[in-house]
Amino acid sequence: MLRVIGKRLALLVPTLFGLSILLFLWVRNLPGGPATALLGEKATPEAVARINELYGFDRPLITQYLTYMGKLLQGDFGVSINTGRPVLEEFATRFPATVELTIIALIFAVGVGVPLGYLAARHNGRLIDHGSVVLSLIGITVPVFFLAFILKYLFAIQWSLLPPDGRQDPRMDATHYTQFYVLDGVLTGEYDAAWDAFLHLILPGIALGTIPLAIIVRITRASVLEVQNADYVRTARAKGLRESTIRGSFILRNAMLPVVTTIGLQLGLLISGAVLTETVFAFNGIGRFLRDAIFGLDYPVLQGFIIFIAVLYALINLIVDLSYSVIDPRVRVQ
Amino acid sequence: MSNRGTSVRGAGFVRKRAALTAGISIAALLLTGCVQSQREENTGAEGDSAVDSTFVFAASSDPKSLDPAFASDGESFRVSRQIFEGLIGVEPGTADPAPLLAESWETAEDGLSTVFQLKEGVTFHDGTPFNAEAVCFNFDRWYNWTGIQQAESTSYYYGSLFRGFADSPEKAIYESCEANGDNEVTINLAKPFAGFIPALSLPAFAMQSPTALEKYSADEIGGTSEAPSLSEYALGHPVGTGPFKFDSWDVGQQLEISIYDDYWGEKGQITKTIFRIIDDPQARRQALEAGDIDGYDLVAPADTQSLKDAGYNITPRDPFTILYLGMNQAVPELEDPKVREAIAHAIDKDALVAQTLPEGTKVATQFIPDVVDGYNEDVTTYDFDPARAKELLAEAGYPDGFEVTFNYPTNVSRPYMPTPEQVFTNLQAQLSDVGITVKPAPAAWSPDYLNQIQATPDHGLHLLGWTGDYNDTDNFIGVFFGQEKLEFGFDNPELFKALDDARAVSDRDEQTELYKEINEQIAEYNPAIPLAHPAPSLAFAKRVTSYPASPVNDEVFTEIELSE
Repeated sequence: MLRVIGKRLALLVPTLFGLSILLFLWVRNLPGGPATALLGEKATPEAVARINELYGFDRPLITQYLTYMGKLLQGDFGVSINTGRPVLEEFATRFPATVELTIIALIFAVGVGVPLGYLAARHNGRLIDHGSVVLSLIGITVPVFFLAFILKYLFAIQWSLLPPDGRQDPRMDATHYTQFYVLDGVLTGEYDAAWDAFLHLILPGIALGTIPLAIIVRITRASVLEVQNADYVRTARAKGLRESTIRGSFILRNAMLPVVTTIGLQLGLLISGAVLTETVFAFNGIGRFLRDAIFGLDYPVLQGFIIFIAVLYALINLIVDLSYSVIDPRVRVQ
Repeated sequence: MSNRGTSVRGAGFVRKRAALTAGISIAALLLTGCVQSQREENTGAEGDSAVDSTFVFAASSDPKSLDPAFASDGESFRVSRQIFEGLIGVEPGTADPAPLLAESWETAEDGLSTVFQLKEGVTFHDGTPFNAEAVCFNFDRWYNWTGIQQAESTSYYYGSLFRGFADSPEKAIYESCEANGDNEVTINLAKPFAGFIPALSLPAFAMQSPTALEKYSADEIGGTSEAPSLSEYALGHPVGTGPFKFDSWDVGQQLEISIYDDYWGEKGQITKTIFRIIDDPQARRQALEAGDIDGYDLVAPADTQSLKDAGYNITPRDPFTILYLGMNQAVPELEDPKVREAIAHAIDKDALVAQTLPEGTKVATQFIPDVVDGYNEDVTTYDFDPARAKELLAEAGYPDGFEVTFNYPTNVSRPYMPTPEQVFTNLQAQLSDVGITVKPAPAAWSPDYLNQIQATPDHGLHLLGWTGDYNDTDNFIGVFFGQEKLEFGFDNPELFKALDDARAVSDRDEQTELYKEINEQIAEYNPAIPLAHPAPSLAFAKRVTSYPASPVNDEVFTEIELSE
């Protein structure tokens, strides 16, 4: 197993190397350039030239690339042009927020999606089945930002049940160590702060989790439908095994394989969905930061972020692959 | 077979997980024991007991820097205006200079030296006394910047107003600072600079604690010129003499300041202010409606009426902006003065303002708002007269009109141009009424649009504008018409020289007269059409009964009045 992990990680190196070159060239060839973005209306040609010189944007591309890679290998992602802080530090403060949000979205999507898909398959052709199909269709087609807006309007503004934006009540004055606000609240014993942070996660979590939810419902339903008519299920029934054993150990377990793959793929999509959700809910995560970086042409942040996401994606896929062998021992990781 | 295999393995898995969960719980318990809660109890009830003295304001972004000398953006200055004070302040509700840390001043006749009498008994938040020595420390700090510290993106205001640094003294306007005892200071300039006193009201020239500047290495902004970073001071240790002191900054989230107990002036009702960072304009409005914030700036024009109807307080600022229609003379048709005059007559500014710009917007006749020195009441104007416009076009050889590119930005809201798309549509219709066909050329604001207008000759009619920084005429018309620019594509040495000469005059009254003449000169030459002075507004919760709106954003929160 360790060998497999090592091999997979080694494969990451050429991938990242190729990616870094593509990225570098793409970013440098965007129109305008960061100097104009930095200076706005105040950009005179002299000022632009001066900024380019100071930031090294006027040097040959190969020199810029080598400098960049040299630093990257030392763990230096550079300094954000927009905020003047190290890129890595910016990620470190915001990434926990997005992870927190993603976990809630995933709990929502899996917690509701798997049972719903399972029930729909078991009661195939009945009301709950049709209902789940319609619901998942709606879930896939409604744009995230629109759903986020509606949720916020109804639950936060119209009925004042949940907070409209942010990660925590600004008057809370809570202590933060890990930047995972719910965890921080629990660790420091500030349970009201933890609860408040959790409440702030509900609406964005639902908005973000809806598309994965819809997909998980459909995959689970299809997979369970297929498995529950399989020969070994019939054999188990014929042997007189208890119905709960059949459902738990035979049907659900075997049906989970495609679902787990989907969850893994959805995790990556959740990050991109976070760009929209975090903007609507003024949630200080990596998604909103990335949006600002795109608008402000913040080269170091864009480059660092994409490499970061590539590594993350590769790791998630590795974990998904490894989990196959836990769910189904017949699957060997190679 | 497979059944047994899975279940055995499954059981092992469950056991492992149980052990893991137990481990995490124990670790959490241990940590809970170790980590003492550092939270303070909510101190909302200080001061006036009937009022919640915590004020929450939504900012559209983080400050770029807590060191105002290295900042030029509105959100940085909004915060630094609470923490810092300059020698010169602003007369409330105007753009005129007023005493602040300097109680009085006297400029020598040659305009080269000014003696300031300083307010006594003022201390910085760290206990450092404010005196003549501190003033000189700040002036010398600015003057001695080198390398990346001089970059326009870093020290924009010092660079553009005082022009040179110690390593380029031939360009520098500042020369030296002398402390005459504790409470009197003389600033010597190398060249006359009529805007010197009003310029000092800019937050970029606020007085900062010499002790803190040194302790937190304020001038160390990054190791390499390739990627400058903020100093420790600018990240979390700003120290001034203002009514509020800095508490904390949770980047992307919120910034907190609280009242400085030893402040020399009136402290007002607010003891703590939280700036929440909400970058989406829609989200700011919703946060106000949900009762999460007490107010926000730059209300979308479309929102003002509905917010007002719902009982929120809308406070407009006196406009300190200009929106204009530029005419690039690199386009042959636009080079003809008759065509430019025709376009000026074709535009109904009143209709434009009423239909597309926020309440409080004034129609513009020149490129400076009326509170700025040099505003000319009798400037030449081009009244809305479509018939005259058609006549002029015919005289210019275009009896059937002509086609011209019209550039405008999309998806952007500037204080002087909240909805560029609407302004464009409105003008397009007006121009087509006199036979001018417009080819729409929309572009994303930054960097595409700005780049296209400012760095290439590839544009025709275009929308752009400016928000003034302080009462300085040159800061408006000098920026637009002071030199040959790709934006307008004309070379008018007479106008450039007039602006250059006016800038060098040290007597304010004399200078004002010159600017009045220049405004007339520009109006006759007609290189662009001043459209309007849009007024930005703020929105507040019902409990905010008064807010010190200022045309130059000089708004200190001690002046806010709360009812509950």
